[in-house]
Formats: sequence, structure tokens, C-alpha cells
Amino acid sequence: MPTRYGTGLAVAALAAGLGMTAPAFAQVKIAFVDPLSGAMAPIGEHGVKHFQYMIDKINAKGGVNGQKMELLTYDNKLSPQETVIAAQKAIDAGARILTLGNGSGAAAAMIDFVNKHNDRNPGKEVVYLNYAAVDPAFTNDKCSYWHFRWDAHSDIKMQALTTYIKGKPSIKKIYLINQDYSFGHAVRKAANEMLKAKRPDIQIVGDELHPLAKITDFAPYIAKIKASGADSVITGNWGSDIALLLKASADAGLQVDYYTYYAGGAGGPTAIKQTGLKDRVYQITEGIANINVKENLAWEEEFRKKSAGQGWWYPRVRNEMEMLAMAMNEAKSNDPKVFAEKLRGLKYKNIYGKDTYMRAEDHQFFQDIYISALTPMAGDMKFDEENSGWGWKLTATIPMANTDVATTCKMAKPS
Amino acid sequence: MIFSTLNGVLYGMLLFLLASGLTLIFSMMGVLNFAHASFYMLGAYFGFQISQWLGFWVALVAAPVLVGLIGAAVERWGLRTVHKWGHVPELLFTFGLAFVVEELVQMVWGKLPVDYRVPALLDFSAFELFGTTYPAFRMFMLLISVAIFLVLLLVLTRSRIGLIIQAALTHPNMVAMLGHNVPKVFMMVFGFGCGLAAIAGVIAGPALVTQPSMAHVLGPILFVVVVFGGLGSLPGAFIASLLIGLIQTFAIAINYSLGDALGAIGIGRPISGALSDMWQVTVAQIGPVVPYLMLVLILIFRPTGLMGTRET
Repeated sequence: MPTRYGTGLAVAALAAGLGMTAPAFAQVKIAFVDPLSGAMAPIGEHGVKHFQYMIDKINAKGGVNGQKMELLTYDNKLSPQETVIAAQKAIDAGARILTLGNGSGAAAAMIDFVNKHNDRNPGKEVVYLNYAAVDPAFTNDKCSYWHFRWDAHSDIKMQALTTYIKGKPSIKKIYLINQDYSFGHAVRKAANEMLKAKRPDIQIVGDELHPLAKITDFAPYIAKIKASGADSVITGNWGSDIALLLKASADAGLQVDYYTYYAGGAGGPTAIKQTGLKDRVYQITEGIANINVKENLAWEEEFRKKSAGQGWWYPRVRNEMEMLAMAMNEAKSNDPKVFAEKLRGLKYKNIYGKDTYMRAEDHQFFQDIYISALTPMAGDMKFDEENSGWGWKLTATIPMANTDVATTCKMAKPS
Repeated sequence: MIFSTLNGVLYGMLLFLLASGLTLIFSMMGVLNFAHASFYMLGAYFGFQISQWLGFWVALVAAPVLVGLIGAAVERWGLRTVHKWGHVPELLFTFGLAFVVEELVQMVWGKLPVDYRVPALLDFSAFELFGTTYPAFRMFMLLISVAIFLVLLLVLTRSRIGLIIQAALTHPNMVAMLGHNVPKVFMMVFGFGCGLAAIAGVIAGPALVTQPSMAHVLGPILFVVVVFGGLGSLPGAFIASLLIGLIQTFAIAINYSLGDALGAIGIGRPISGALSDMWQVTVAQIGPVVPYLMLVLILIFRPTGLMGTRET
């Protein structure tokens, strides 16, 4: 029932976007599968806005091969089982392009489902476009021809992060806190290994795993971090798990540096401002609002007008959708089996004017990676977050060449 | 340590606000009210809505009263009607009600967490110890729940209505014979229990997260408290609530794994093999499961619960 409600909304929004002249001919259906209820719902809901915005843009430019794109949304409640059910529903509704980001558990189920579906239904292949699940396995030992990933995976991000930490001798004691599932495990493993290699003098004073999206009060964890004497925290937490961690940190007045993957999500910036941790909470992303490139600023401005002031969190969604449209138009086909071949190795100039590409070997996207810190608005910063008066300021850029980690993927190409 | 204790006691007291009503209802009517945590959620949402319009302090009083009235109405026109068909339909009724409430909440307030803030008056840190601050709102939560506990204790043991309730707990037919309106007592207790749950919701809403899944998260733990403490036993529920609150908080602080234990007794730490993951799971990670383990154990070794007199 909730799913149908969500779809109805999306269809209504689409109809409104097209000025109520939605064409009756066949459309290219893109199925968005992500949590739209429960603790992680704000993340999923904002993701829908990103995709709807991209689809409106692509349709305004004439769509793909003369067809318009249409967004279908499905709530997977962050569960692998529900993901498979949702994916089947989407395929039954005519979607052949599936996209899912949140939760590597759900993403693993999706990859498995898509592989099996395509084996059993030749001629009706579907493709899975991954915009956020960053378990390195998906482009290594579990890699699939039908899976493409636009976010830098966990090891790439940790590579970038530890390179940055290497140049900061003030860091002596690090506390790791991560979600207890494949992604969190990947973060802690990479952090342990890479810190040991790059900064053997750093002491890891805590290595915590907590249940995913279940904790409403992080106070006991904060007390533990405090007791450990850590000066920095590394966390891959996302969604409510990062917002509530920072909130509890603010309540307890904990003063440490936070190195995060996803502090920019819903509720994060508000909590950071409350802690007063100016220039001390870092995030590592593929882009931020305050990168001073004309196109980027204009894009951010326009999107914020349409989304009640919330920022463009996912530059990767833009990369994903623009490259998808490119591949479809270049292949002159909206059939996944045909355009997937174009998508492999596709080169693309992103909104910051930088070269990026989809590596054909493992279907992992490569781009410059940015480290930024949340700080009160100053200088040439143009956008704040959550109306807090604080925004992301660029701290360091890791060029694409330095993010190039090897893969163990042996891609099996379908006949 | 002090903070962990405070947090544990606070969580325990919140549980008790819910469990006290549930255990009274359970032992009086023989109905395990599956919808009890839903009234807690309603309390949080009503609290949020009323505090938007009239401020937090009005909400603190009005929301529990409203939820209490709804609870009484549910008993009067729902449970009492279903009661004729026996306990199983009653159980199923509350089970269904929990889902209905969740759907209704989603329809009215949406599926996203609502922005329920700590009132400005209490938005500061109460004290600082070893460089860690403790929010005033949490102290306030603690005080409110302790105060309610004391009032409840006095009402049940010292007042006339308390005596009737206690009598109705064990001998409902006898109390009815003596001329008391037992169905009315049931209705009041049900409404009052829901009101208590709603108070917990109003004060927990801003500190935790007010979202449609909050009833689901707390529901199972409540049954553990009630069964563990013993049916109809308020002191039992009190001890069980605090115990579970403290265990859950302190478990997080312990980084000890099975592998460490083996290492300590000289067997050595197994680091490879099919079960290598199992040895590295720390107490902190299994913390959330501990209450359920306690439930299983107490049912095996002491089916009446800690302080109960009847079998579950």
C-alpha cells in the first residue's frame, strides 16, 4: 500500500512537471528502490527528488531516443527481502532499469536478483545502476556485468581519507565506529589496514560496530568514545545513524574531529552546528555545493528552489542519469543489453569540468574526490546546509589518478 | 560510568512508565495488549502536534489525557465487545489495533521522523563532569518518570481506588459481588495505562526519535519487562525495567568477546576457520539481544517471573 502511494505521488509529480501533457506512448521506466519508510526514509525521499529532477531535465531535452523517462518508486524498507520483491514488482510494471543506493545488504540482494533474472529471461535483461552502495565487493569478487556503480567505493574513500590523515600529525588516537553489516565491516577493515600502512604511530583506541538503523540514542557510545581518549573519530555511518551520533555528541559536548563518509545527510549539519565543531567534522564526497564553478552553483540554486532549500546531496545521481541518457542515445537503443555495452568505459565531463570515466573492467566510476569541512558561512561560500548558516568548505581535493585502486574483478560477459 | 548509569536508569524508567500500565492491564484482564507501545507512539505524536500549537508544557498534560481517553474508548467499545468471544479474539484485536495505529500515524504525520524538538527552556546542559555534559532535558525526563512512579505507588497502596484495583487483580468476581463496577475499573485502568504510556511518549519523543517505527522498536522489549518482572507485579516490572535499561546501556561499554575469554583461560584465540567471526563478536554487539535471552531463561527457570505469583 505505501508503495502504491509513493508511485502515485511520483506519477503526479511527473505529470505536473510535464504540464499535464504526459504522452500516452511507451516510456522508459526507471525503478527507484530504496527505504521510503522507517529511520532511513529521509535519505530515500531526498533521493527520489534527485532522480525526479534529473528525469525532468532529460525529458525537457527530448528524452532518450524519442522516448520520455518515467520514475517508479518502491519502498524496500532497507531489507534485502523487500528489495527483491520490489525489484520483481518494478519489472512486472515494465521497468528495465533499476536503481538503488542505500544499504549494501539490499544492494547485494539486488545484484544477485538481477544476475538470476537475466540468466532466466534472455531478451528481457534488466540493469542495476548503483548510486550509493559502496561495499567494495560489488566491483571486486562479486562484480557483475549488469551492475554499474557511480559512488566511489569504501576502499577508494578510505584511501583518500588516509592520504589526508597522513599529512596531519596532530592525529594520535582514532576511534572507529561503524554500522554492523557488510559496509561498516569494509570501512573498519580498510581503516585498520590503511592507517597501519600510512601512519603506524596512530593508535586505534576503539573499533565499534553497532546495529544498523536501530539505535535512537547514541549517548552510551559517546561516553565510550570519551572514555577512550580519542582525538578523532572515523565513521562510515549514514542516515539516522550519523545524525543521531552527532546529536548525542553535541548533547555530551564531546570535542573530537570527525572523519565521516556521510555527515552531510539529513540532520547531520544541524547537529554539527549544535556541537560547535567548527572545521572539525569532515566528509568525503564526490562533490559539494560550494565548488566554485558557475554551472555547479547555478545547478544548486535551481534545485534548492524546488526542494524546500535542501541541497543537491548526490552529484553522483547527476553523473549516473546523464551518462545513462548518453549511453542510450549513443547506442540508439533503450534496451539494457545494448546500451550497457556503451556504458562500459564511457568517458564523461562532470559539472565541475573534470574528466571522469566508468571503468570497463569492473563497472566502477572514477572521479576526483573532495574532502570538505562544515564551517560557518564565510568568504566565497555560497550555500549553507539545513538553514543552519553553516556550509561545506573545500579542504582538499584528491585527483582521480590517486583514487585508482586495483580490482580483482573477472567480469563474465554474457553471450 | 556515572553517565552510563544515568542513561541506563533513564531508559529503565521510560520502560517502566510503559510496563506499569501494561502489566496492570495484563494481569487484570488477561489480555496481552499488543497495542500498548502504539499508545506510547500516539503520545509522542500528540505531544509533537500540541507542542507545535500550544507549547510543550500544554502538550505534557494534554497529550496523555487525550491518549488516555482514546485508550478508555478502545476498552469500552472495542475490547469489551470482543471479550465475549474469549481471550484469543481479544489478543488478535490488540494485535490488529497496533497496525491500524501505525498506518493512521503514517497517514496523518507521514513516514518520515517529525521534527520534535526539546523545549527551549530545557535546552541546555544540566551539569558537566570530567568534561562531559549531561542535557537538562534528560534530567527532566528522569525526574518526571520518578515522580510518576512515586505517585503510582501511593495511589495503588494507599488510596481506596488502589485497593479496589489490587483486589480486582486477583479476585475480580469477588470484587464485583461486593458491588463494585469491575468493568468500569477495567476501563479506567486501561485508559490510565495508555495515558502513562503517552507520558513516556511525550517526554521520550524529543530525546529519541519520533517516527512511525518507534512502537515496533519498543514493543517486544515491553513484553520482556512484563514477563520477566512477573505478571501484575509493579515492583517486578520496576526492577525488570531498571535491570534491562542498565544491561542495555552497560553492555555497549564492554568490549569483551568470546575469543578473549578463551584466550584468558589459556586455550588461545581461534582466528581462522568457519566460525572465526563468532569468536570476535563482542558483548557490545550482542547487547540488544541480552533482554530476550533473559526472557527465555526466566521462562525456563522461573515461569512466574521475578516477583509474580501466577504462571504466564
